[in-house]
Amino acid sequence: MKILVCISHVPDTTSKINFTADNAAFDTNGVQYIINPYDEFVLAKAMHLKEGLGASITVINVGTAETEPSLRKAMAIGADDAIRINAAPKDGFFVAQQIAEIARTNTYDLIFAGRESIDYNGGMVPGVLATLLDYNFINACVGLEIENTTATAQREIDGGSETLQANFPLVIAGQKGLTEEKDLRIPNMRGIMMARKKTLAILEPIETGDKTGSKGFEKPQENAACKMVAADNIDGLIDLLHNEAKVI
Amino acid sequence: MSVLVFAEVSEGKFKKNALEVVSYGKKLAEQLGTQLTAFTINAETPSELASYGADKIVTITNNALSSFDAKAIATVASQIAQKENSKVIIVDSSANGAYLAPIIAGQLAAGFASNVVELPISMEPFVVKRKAFSNKAFQHTEINTDIKIIGLAKNAFGVFETAGKGQEEAFSTELINTGVTTVSIQQATGKISIADAEIVVSGGRGLKGPEHWGLIEDLAAVLNAATACSKPVSDLGWRPHSEHVGQTGKPVASNLYIAIGVSGAIQHVAGINASKVKVVINTDPEAPFFKVADYGIVGDAFEVVPELIQKLQKFKTQNS
Ligand SMILES: Cc1cc2nc3c(=O)[nH]c(=O)nc-3n(C[C@H](O)[C@H](O)[C@H](O)COP(=O)(O)OP(=O)(O)OC[C@H]3O[C@@H](n4cnc5c(N)ncnc54)[C@H](O)[C@@H]3O)c2cc1C
Ligand SMILES: Nc1ncnc2c1ncn2[C@@H]1O[C@H](COP(=O)(O)O)[C@@H](O)[C@H]1O
Repeated sequence: MKILVCISHVPDTTSKINFTADNAAFDTNGVQYIINPYDEFVLAKAMHLKEGLGASITVINVGTAETEPSLRKAMAIGADDAIRINAAPKDGFFVAQQIAEIARTNTYDLIFAGRESIDYNGGMVPGVLATLLDYNFINACVGLEIENTTATAQREIDGGSETLQANFPLVIAGQKGLTEEKDLRIPNMRGIMMARKKTLAILEPIETGDKTGSKGFEKPQENAACKMVAADNIDGLIDLLHNEAKVI
Repeated sequence: MSVLVFAEVSEGKFKKNALEVVSYGKKLAEQLGTQLTAFTINAETPSELASYGADKIVTITNNALSSFDAKAIATVASQIAQKENSKVIIVDSSANGAYLAPIIAGQLAAGFASNVVELPISMEPFVVKRKAFSNKAFQHTEINTDIKIIGLAKNAFGVFETAGKGQEEAFSTELINTGVTTVSIQQATGKISIADAEIVVSGGRGLKGPEHWGLIEDLAAVLNAATACSKPVSDLGWRPHSEHVGQTGKPVASNLYIAIGVSGAIQHVAGINASKVKVVINTDPEAPFFKVADYGIVGDAFEVVPELIQKLQKFKTQNS
C-alpha cells in the first residue's frame, strides 16, 4: 500500500495572531510553527496502517524552505520520505493542484490530509484534491478500517456519525477519533537520527492561475468588559440573560 | 445569471442552516441585481423557501439521494449551476456542507471561500470576509474566478423572511456512480447536536469527574441546550470525543455558550468565540475565560449550578 500524507505547517495553537502594520500579511515574528494538529492524527493513522498491513508513507508539503522542520519531524515519526513543492501557497486550490500533479505520476492508494488547517481554515485541499484526481473522498473521518483495497470509514455528521465504504484510490480528510490522543506519535532519538538520512525531495511547482487572493486581515473587536454577577445573585444573571442579552 | 444555494433538509424538513443560506443568497442576489435559485433534495414542502427569498426552487426527488452522497450532490449542483447560469454558489457550513463545497469547487474550477461571515465587502472585485486563524482573525479574500463559491459560516448572517417568486421546477438527472456508499447512520437520538443548538452548556476539568456531569446535563435540559466539554475532559474519557469543542474540536457558533469549570485556554476560546453571548462560572477570579466572557460568576460550580437549574426551571414555567 502506498500512502501519501499531506502536511501543513502552521502557527502553534498558542500563538498570538498579529498582522503587519498595513494588515496585509500575517506577522510571523516570534511565531513557533508546528505540524497542523489534524495532520498529526492522520500521520499517526498512516503509521498504524504501515505497522499493521505494511505500507510506504510519503509526506508532502507545499511551502517554502521554512516548512522543512515539519517534514523532518514527520519522517522522524516514521514516514519513509518527503516531498516539498517549493512555493508559498496561494490558496487551497493551488495546494491541491500541486499535490494532484505529484499523485498523478506516483499513484498512491491512499492520500491522507487533515480536515482543515488551523491557520487559514480553508477546509478545501482534500476535497479539491480528490476531485482533481477523481479519487474517492471521505471528509471529517473519525474511524477507518482497511481490508484489501476497501476502506470502511466513519464520518462525523451533525449530531452523530455515519459509516461509509469506498475503494482505493481514496482521499481521507481526518481528525481526532481517527487516532486517539494517547496514540499520537512523538519522535524518539533514533527516529530523529534516521530522518536525517531520509530523502526530502524539493520540486518546483507547476504553473496555475490564481483562483483567490488575500486582500488583508482584520482582528475581531475587543470584547467589552465582562459583567460580573455575585454567586448568590442567580436571579440577577437570569434577568440579564433574559432582558439584556435576550438569549433565554 | 443567478445566485444558487443548496438548501439541505433533514428528514424532509429544512434546517436553520438552509434557511440561513437562502436568506443570505437573496440579499446577495438583490445586490447583484439578479434572482435567487435554491435547489433542494427530497424536501417535503419546497415552497417554504419562497418565504425566505427563493425566486426559483429546483426540486430533486430521488431515493438514491436519501443518504448524503457528497460527490453525487456536487455533480447535481454543478449541472444546475450551468443550467441556471449561476455565478455565485452558496453552501452552508454543516458537516455535509463542508463536505460538498470543495468538491463543487474542484468540478467547476471555481474559487472557494469558506467560513464567510457577511455579505461581500465589494462586488467588483468580489471580496468576502471570512474567519481565519481559528476565529482569532478575519481575512478578506478576493475570489476572481467567473463562478464563485461561498461557504457561509454558521449563525453568522441570520434568517430573514423576504418574499421570493417561488417558482418551482423539478430537475432530474442520471446519477453518476460515485464509489462511496453509505453503510449505516449512527444518529444520536433525543439529543440536540452542538451544530444545531442555540444554546451550548460546556463543562471542563473543574467538574472533577464524569460522575458530576448530571449538573451539565440537567442545565442543558432546562435550556434545551446541547452539551459540550473541553479537550482534556474528552481525552480523559469523561465525555465522548464528539463533545470536544475548541480549536481542534468542534466549532461552536451558538447564541449562548455557558462554560462551567473551564479555564478558557486560548485553544478552547478560539473554537467557541463565534458564539454571541458567553457566560462563565469558575472558582478562580483570575481564570482567563473571564477576559472574553460577557457575564461571569466567580463561584463553585457545585453550588452555583444546582441553584441556576432550579431558578431557570421556575423562570421557564413563569414565561411559558
Ligand atoms: C495543540 C493543542 C490543541 C488544543 N485544542 C483544544 C481544544 O480544541 N479545546 C480545548 O478545550 N482545549 C484544547 N487544548 C487544551 C487547552 O490548552 C487546555 O489545556 C484545556 O482547554 C483546559 O481544559 P479545562 O479548562 O477543562 O481544564 P483546566 O485548565 O484544568 O481548568 C479547569 C478550570 O476549572 C476551574 N474550577 C476548578 N474547580 C471548580 C469548581 N468547583 N467550580 C468551578 N470552576 C472550577 C479552575 O479554576 C480552572 O479554571 C489544546 C491544547 C493543545 C496543545
Ligand atoms: N501547504 C500545504 N501543503 C501540504 N498539505 C497541505 C497544505 N495546506 C493544507 N494541506 C493539507 O490539507 C488539509 C486541509 O487544509 P486546508 O484545506 O488548508 O484547511 C491540511 O490538514 C493538510 O493535510
